[in-house]
Amino acid sequence: MPQQQALIDLTLQLADNALILGHRNSEWTGHGPILEQDIAISNIALDLVGQARYFYQYAARLLNESGESVTEDTLAYLRDGWDFKNCLLVEQTNGDWAKTILRQFFFSAAQYYLYEGLQNSKDAELAAISEKALKEVIYHLRWSSEWVIRLGDGTAESHSRMETALEDLWKFTGEMFIPAAYEDSLVQEGITVEPSSLQFKWEEKVKEIFSEAGLLWPGTPSGKKGGLLAGGKEGRHTEQLGYILAEMQFLQRAYPGCEW
Amino acid sequence: MPEQQWPLWEIFIRSKQGLDHKHAGSLHAADAQMAIENARDVYTRRMEGVSIWVVESKYVHASNPDDAGSFFDPANDKVYRHPTFYDLPDELKHM
Repeated sequence: MPQQQALIDLTLQLADNALILGHRNSEWTGHGPILEQDIAISNIALDLVGQARYFYQYAARLLNESGESVTEDTLAYLRDGWDFKNCLLVEQTNGDWAKTILRQFFFSAAQYYLYEGLQNSKDAELAAISEKALKEVIYHLRWSSEWVIRLGDGTAESHSRMETALEDLWKFTGEMFIPAAYEDSLVQEGITVEPSSLQFKWEEKVKEIFSEAGLLWPGTPSGKKGGLLAGGKEGRHTEQLGYILAEMQFLQRAYPGCEW
Repeated sequence: MPEQQWPLWEIFIRSKQGLDHKHAGSLHAADAQMAIENARDVYTRRMEGVSIWVVESKYVHASNPDDAGSFFDPANDKVYRHPTFYDLPDELKHM
C-alpha cells in the first residue's frame, strides 16, 4: 500500500473516531441527567469535534496533494458508511448514563495512550495535533474514570446499570488494539504506534478503575474467548453508524453547500 | 420516588495569578471533587480561571438584610476612617 494512502487512512481513522463519539455525546445536549453534567458531556463532545476538525483538515490537505478536491466538511458530511474508519465502540448507542460513561472511559483510556505515543510520531502534523489534544483527553479520562467509580460503587441500581453497560460494550473494546492493514506499514515508519502495544497499559488502567468501582474484570478482550467484534477501522460497521450518518449528514446531502 | 437533590456548592474562581478568588455562582454536586469538576465545566470553559475553590452552600453564613441599617449605615459619616488626611510624598505612587 502506498505510504501516502496509509497516512491518509490513519488520519481519517483518528478523525472519524473523534467525530462519531463527539456526535454521540452531543446527543445528550439538553438531555443530561443534571444541568452540570449536561454541560460536561457537551464540553467533551465539542473537544472531540474540535480534534476531528484538525485531523480532517490534515487529511484534506493530503488528499488534495494527491489530486482530489475535498475539504474537512466534505470528509465529514459526504462520505458513506463504508468510508468511515472509526472503531465500533464509538458508534454504539448512548443507552443510559452508565453506558455513555463506560464507552467514554474505554475510549478515552485508549486515546490517552495513543496520543501519548503519537506525540513522538515522525509525522510532525500528527505529533502536533496529538500533543494539543492530549490535555483534553487527560480530562476526559479523569472525568469518565470518576463516574465509573461513582456508579460502580454507588447504589445497587447504579452498579447493575454499569454491569449491563459492561456486558454491552466489552466486546467492542478489543478492536482498538488490532492494527488495520494501513496501520502496519506506518508502525514500521515510526509514524504511528503499534496498537497492540497500547493494550497492556489500557488493561492496567481499566483494572485499576474497575477495582475501585467494584466491577469485575471480564478478562482480556481479545481472540475468540472475548467474543471480539472488529472491522470498523476498515469500514465494516454495525448498523448504528448508518443512523448516525443519516442524522448528521442529512442537511448537507439535502441542501448541498448549505450554510447557516 | 422522592426527588433527591445533590447539595448546592458556592464556586469561587481566581481569574489569574495574584488576584483574589471571586464568587462566580453556585451549582449542584454530590461531593467536593465533583463540585470542582462541575465548576471547571460550568464556569471556566471560556478561559475564566486558573484556580477554583468550592464551599458547600450550607456552610456560608450571611448577614441578615434586616440588620443592614445598624450594620452599615453608621459608617456613612465616618470619613476620618479613610486614610485621606495624610500628605503623601510625591515619590510615593499607587496609593
